[in-house]
Amino acid sequence: MHSIVELSVNGDRHQAGVPDHYSLLEALRYVLGLTGSKQGCDKGDCGACTVLLDGVPVLSCITPVQEAAGRSVTTVEGLARPGRLSPLQEAFERLGAAQCGFCTPGILMSAHALLQSNPSPTRAEIKDALSGNLCRCTGYTKILDAVEAAASASSPNGFHATEAAR
Amino acid sequence: MRPGELRDRQRDIAADPAALDGQTSFNVIGGRHRKVDGAGRVSGATVYTDDMTLPGMLHGKILRSPHPHANIISIDVSEALALPGVYAVVTGRDMPVTYCVIPWTRDEYPLCVDRVRYIGDGVAAVAAVDEETANRALRLIRVEYELLEPVLSAERAIQPDAPQIHEAGKPGRNGNITKHVHLSFGDVDGAMAASDIVIEGEYFFQGTTHTPIEPHCAIGWYEPSGKLTVWSATQVPHYLHRELARVLDLDVARIRVVQPAVGGAFGGKSEPFDLEFCVAALSRKCGRPVKILYTREEVFFAHRGRHPMEMKYRLGASRDGAIKAVDGHLLLDGGAYASFGLVTAYYSGQLLTAPYTFESYRFDSTRVYTNKSACGPKRGHGSVQPRFAFEVQLDKLAEAIDMDPIEIRRRNFIGERTRTINELRITSNGFLQCLEMVERASDWKTKHRRLPFGRGVGVAGSTYISGTNYPIYPNEMPQAAIQIQIERSGRVAVFTGASEIGQGSNSMVAYVTAEELGVPLEYVRVHSTDTDMTPVDLGAYSSRETFMVGNACVVAARELKHRIKQVVADEWQCTAAEVALAGGWAFDVRDTSRHIPIVDAFNMAEARLGPLAAVGHYNTPKDVHGEYRGGTIGASPAYSFTAHVAEVSVDVESGIVTVDNIWIAHDCGRALNPVLVEAQMEGSAYMGFGEALMEEHAYKDADHGRAGLHNASSLLDYRIPTTLDTPEMQSLIVESVDPEGPYGAKEAGEGPLHPSIPAIANAIYDAVGVRMDRMPFSPPNVWRALQDAAHRDRWERRHSSQLVAVD
Repeated sequence: MHSIVELSVNGDRHQAGVPDHYSLLEALRYVLGLTGSKQGCDKGDCGACTVLLDGVPVLSCITPVQEAAGRSVTTVEGLARPGRLSPLQEAFERLGAAQCGFCTPGILMSAHALLQSNPSPTRAEIKDALSGNLCRCTGYTKILDAVEAAASASSPNGFHATEAAR
Repeated sequence: MRPGELRDRQRDIAADPAALDGQTSFNVIGGRHRKVDGAGRVSGATVYTDDMTLPGMLHGKILRSPHPHANIISIDVSEALALPGVYAVVTGRDMPVTYCVIPWTRDEYPLCVDRVRYIGDGVAAVAAVDEETANRALRLIRVEYELLEPVLSAERAIQPDAPQIHEAGKPGRNGNITKHVHLSFGDVDGAMAASDIVIEGEYFFQGTTHTPIEPHCAIGWYEPSGKLTVWSATQVPHYLHRELARVLDLDVARIRVVQPAVGGAFGGKSEPFDLEFCVAALSRKCGRPVKILYTREEVFFAHRGRHPMEMKYRLGASRDGAIKAVDGHLLLDGGAYASFGLVTAYYSGQLLTAPYTFESYRFDSTRVYTNKSACGPKRGHGSVQPRFAFEVQLDKLAEAIDMDPIEIRRRNFIGERTRTINELRITSNGFLQCLEMVERASDWKTKHRRLPFGRGVGVAGSTYISGTNYPIYPNEMPQAAIQIQIERSGRVAVFTGASEIGQGSNSMVAYVTAEELGVPLEYVRVHSTDTDMTPVDLGAYSSRETFMVGNACVVAARELKHRIKQVVADEWQCTAAEVALAGGWAFDVRDTSRHIPIVDAFNMAEARLGPLAAVGHYNTPKDVHGEYRGGTIGASPAYSFTAHVAEVSVDVESGIVTVDNIWIAHDCGRALNPVLVEAQMEGSAYMGFGEALMEEHAYKDADHGRAGLHNASSLLDYRIPTTLDTPEMQSLIVESVDPEGPYGAKEAGEGPLHPSIPAIANAIYDAVGVRMDRMPFSPPNVWRALQDAAHRDRWERRHSSQLVAVD
């Protein structure tokens, strides 16, 4: 059975015909064509599918699509402004925090949510916020460095301010 | 043959870093650059295989055996085929051709024909309009099995009366033995007898698996024209290309293999898998594109990960710590199929002979079949397990003669431009600098034997290959090739067969091209791994890409550079040597006010010479290995070297080990981009750490559920480290500048994994006085070891005695 579900994703409103058993991840990937969010495990273990639901990180692979109806969904495709990466994405790219990139969308969403609620997190707080996102390439070091860099970028003395002043 | 005699053969090594072409400074090489595909990977734009949808695409699923060992009596697919929405079903009878990545050990069918050999072995595949229909169809397939006794341990497999998992190659042989290697160098028994001290140990390394976050995925499309295209998350498109043709009985020229972005591999995607044959066969049957995406459970079934190994070592040494004899006896649990196992059996012995000099060496490795998922190459293929055992042996030797563990490694250093006891040719070697760097950075001298009870430090070293001198199938064609084309806008297109799996091979060739042609990095576009477009490369395995493809790229780019410089020189009436291409300009090195935009130089050259394109290739040295059977296996153009110091805390009450820090020093020859080298070092050390403490690819026995069933086939149960588990890591790059690597570069992707495991084991000993000779160092295992009451005394004794002066 299919149902029409109202989905608001990255500011776009959709009325999508979605199989009733679909997860939010399946609806995003296979109905709306937003393939940035990834499936790594099918059951909420790896975090690659993390998206924001009303600003809060959720595992979209175990979120029934109906739960997202009428609420605001943000995916990795919604982070960059047209033609420009977000400071967080920019830090990930500059510091080599993405290797294969498959866990990256989920990690970016968890980190983005953290920086929204806590603009200057400690390294321990970053580790805590990302502890539900598995990465197999990096050993996390450069990911933690990138989140720290992005956090300092938004402070007045951060590298973005410094680079802009040049 | 003695090591001293081997040193006479240094003439095989290039005298100077010829690959540098006289260069001493670089514009791009060595800089902390972004990856060329980084923006896509951080924005969700990069397309992985499962992100692709083709018009009319169907979804495939594979029915898998619920039994570890059984004969297939019959398969009835009629009900499945009759289900509306099902377009095709294939069974083993549709593809009754064995395959294997190693041509000498083909023992696997794409789908089982008459016997299943592990829980998860593929039996039939369906293509249907959607995933749900495909799953329903699987449930309608009737398979009648005759159950056979499963063999679930290596110890059982070698017994003469064990059930035979495969036919013996020769009558009277045990068909469960897939490979036996026995090699001996020098007078081991004599040197052992003449040793002042002999350390004996028995070690166990458990099975572990790669666990890329992207599950395997493939799409097959057999077009009406008779052309077959397979898109696959593979790290060996070329081998896949060849095996698809053989198994499906198609002309290889009619097949195209495309590798889209791959979400991690680590060796787990380095041979053909059932899904790639199935999507092709299903599409051939129904004429529509078919996609199969493994579930996470299927990724665990596919495995090809670290072989569990039982290892016995005897190490003979003189009182001053010199290694006189090493004698190893190894039993490898290979699982149901050969995979790369022939090579694994060799690597488990061949790659132990550096960075230390062995006066004599012998190893005996036996790989056996068992009714479990096949083991294969995981990052540090075959050599991670013996390295763990040997570096702990060395630690025990240092302890026995009261010598600092770093000092004993220094004293046995094999040197550079030399040969190992088994005649591997060592070119550059920065191992001493690696030891020095971790010693200093970790503050070793104030910590070793000096930290309070429960805390300790440990050291270990290792070596690894930069690719293999011989390809997997015998041929005399180049191991790596590149094509470069310059377009009139100044854009440079690089066509490479190198498999980008996240390690950065696309970026590596872009750095080389930008360095040589003087264009900004953004002007270089890399097109990789499409057998219709790119030159053959053998794939991303054995840490070969930077060394081999990098060298091929240098050759192609320099060929173009020399042509362009000559045209500009003719125009300026100077010599080509006086023209430089750098930073987007062509200029006269004697008078830099004479300069033109690089695109003008390109256009000038195209006007004179026609379109600008060049190919380059690299081939390995073929005549530098030992003249004995197996002497070619382990032979590499260059070896990397690594040293780690790990610092741990052990909770005596619970047995919980916390790794606080790992200092990683790695000799990569030259870091073409230090960011990517550090990324490989940290990722490697992390992966080794996970194996040391938490990961176990294990199976149930009959007393604990269904015999042969995977014990932890999810990412919740198979525990890989999270941010909270992973230690802080410090990467320390050592650049020995290899005479034959591109700009002196060697590998960095696998070597830095090896020492993390023994360094942690040795640190646990320093912390609490217990030897962890059996992995993993999980809380139950460590807690049990701590119940030996003597450990505290050992610890007290060690910490009250002083080591011999080492300065």
